Amino acid sequence: MNAKPKLPSSDDVEAIIARHSHREGPLLPILHDLQAEFGHVPQMAVPVLAESLNIGRAEVHGVISFYHDFRDAPAGRHVVKICRAEACQSVGANALADHALAKLGGEWHMTTPNGNITVEPVYCLGLCACGPAIMVDGQLEGRVDAARMDEILSECGA
Amino acid sequence: MKIYIPRDAAAKALGADRIAKAIEAEIKDRGLTAQIIRNGSRGMVWLEPLVEVETAEGRVGYGPVTVADVKAIFEGDSDKALGDVEVLPFFAAQTRLTFARVGKIDPLSLADYEAHGGLSGLRRALTMTGEAIVDEVKLSGLRGRGGAGFPTGIKWDTVRLAHGDKKYIVCNADEGDSGTFADRMLMEGDPFTLIEGMTIAGIGCGATKGFVYIRSEYPDAIEQMQAACDIAREAGVLGNVLNSGHKFDIEIRVGAGAYVCGEETSLLNSLEGKRGTVRAKPPLPALQGFMGRPTVVNNVISLATVPVIFEKGAQHYADFGLGRSKGTMPIQIAGNVKFGGLFETAFGMPLGDLVNKVGGGTASGRPVKAVQVGGPLGAYMPVSKFDTPFGYEDFDQKGGLIGHAGVVVFDDTADMLGMARFAMEFCAVESCGKCTPCRIGAVRGVETIDRIAAGDAGAVEILTDLCETMKDGSLCALGGFTPFPVMSALQNFPQEFQTAKEAAE
Repeated sequence: MNAKPKLPSSDDVEAIIARHSHREGPLLPILHDLQAEFGHVPQMAVPVLAESLNIGRAEVHGVISFYHDFRDAPAGRHVVKICRAEACQSVGANALADHALAKLGGEWHMTTPNGNITVEPVYCLGLCACGPAIMVDGQLEGRVDAARMDEILSECGA
Repeated sequence: MKIYIPRDAAAKALGADRIAKAIEAEIKDRGLTAQIIRNGSRGMVWLEPLVEVETAEGRVGYGPVTVADVKAIFEGDSDKALGDVEVLPFFAAQTRLTFARVGKIDPLSLADYEAHGGLSGLRRALTMTGEAIVDEVKLSGLRGRGGAGFPTGIKWDTVRLAHGDKKYIVCNADEGDSGTFADRMLMEGDPFTLIEGMTIAGIGCGATKGFVYIRSEYPDAIEQMQAACDIAREAGVLGNVLNSGHKFDIEIRVGAGAYVCGEETSLLNSLEGKRGTVRAKPPLPALQGFMGRPTVVNNVISLATVPVIFEKGAQHYADFGLGRSKGTMPIQIAGNVKFGGLFETAFGMPLGDLVNKVGGGTASGRPVKAVQVGGPLGAYMPVSKFDTPFGYEDFDQKGGLIGHAGVVVFDDTADMLGMARFAMEFCAVESCGKCTPCRIGAVRGVETIDRIAAGDAGAVEILTDLCETMKDGSLCALGGFTPFPVMSALQNFPQEFQTAKEAAE
């Protein structure tokens, strides 16, 4: 992820919309692509999407804000997602999460002041027989303990 | 020589990619000609990464493999050798119908798929009428594996008989329940099975378009399904299905982190590009589903079980199981358990056997306290209910549910009041907001449990009442079933809801 977010032009947004215009119900694929390219779904895309898809701006906003995945501002350079679901809790996920958050000095959804790490909860990564599980920039890791968490956080520039 | 290294997400999360690199380097160093196949997982997660080497005597397994073990594997003196993994007790005790090929074959080789029985079900279906296809599914007794257990054949028949200019098959791969990973393993380990099952559904119901809605937390499954669909299209399995004149194609869609989208009507809204809020039923999705057209919405495992039903016959499948729970269920044994993984077996095994005999008890070595079956909306079953046979009706009678067959084991350090609180907190985070008892009730539930923890004994009655309201007043299982974990924790472990009060007195 970039330190300085790229901001799309309305042409960029329209190009992404065009990529998916053949689909039935294209809004989620469009939002995923926007976020993949720009690190977030910028506010300026809302009216462009509303116009192109012939829906209200409020509807577009409603969709973006409904889903946990879509951000209205870019995340830190690295995103660390820690599973909070029951299977991981049964093998110590709560203590692991507390440890990580205490080390970084913040709460869920925090970004470190240096902009390097954003920490988010995730509810199940499907690694329920090898928890506690985390996902760092899309890479999965199972059986994470406090020592491994420390390594990961320092690799990410905590 | 063929070397199998899983590309399953769990294996990767435990280092399979590093092992693959090390093995590749070792092959080069030794000047060997060997082919690395990234297969699915055999489902024995405690042995992952599990590497298998094809020898004259058959496949020899090694696990759990670290990079340091690689040299010894090639020298033939590794202490991680397991022999034939199919004779290991955990594997040998299973009846693998849906997962027959997972871990065995190269998931992206259509030739390998066909060599192991793949496409024979579809070929048979192509000789049948839509009505006969649906009858076959009815006869098999297959019920929805997503959790609700609705008879698949009846759903298909509703769509088959519905009028519509276009019909759809939607595969629900939004497997958000904690403790479940069967959908993920199937898509990563044998994606063509799902494609074949969806295609048979399409031909049976007269649908021409399929969607697989996969949660974004499953990047490996998304990649694998995408690749498999491309291969299937190229080979003529999708499109003009095996030159039969039947048209069917599949599109992969990615969710966006909303648990509630695993509920079929929310999923349909999400597919249409809307907020993933729940729709009231009726109208049934079978009549007015995606874009208001007749739509089959089935779980991954339901659809992926269809090919084996057509390959071996409905009766073969129905001969397994217990009462109205026919066939096999891929049970996922997870959490604090020694031998965790995927165990496919006929319905009917007692819960205690699954946990203690198959799973080997807790990983921590401490006594088992409770088992949550069926994901975050499933009840906490105490050890006193371990004689409950694994079946839809049997669990229902004991105040529980099997859901998508995830079994999460907790040892005696589990904080049951904390787990009840988490269930409410999770419901509050994931509620779509449509029904007030769920949207507001979950927040009040967290507060009420906090009051109990602070010593307010009167709050227990309020919590019970709130759970009744959520159960009766919610459209879908999120608000409606959150009371299961909460009330089961309260009823089975009442002392944990009293300790704070007693301490205060």
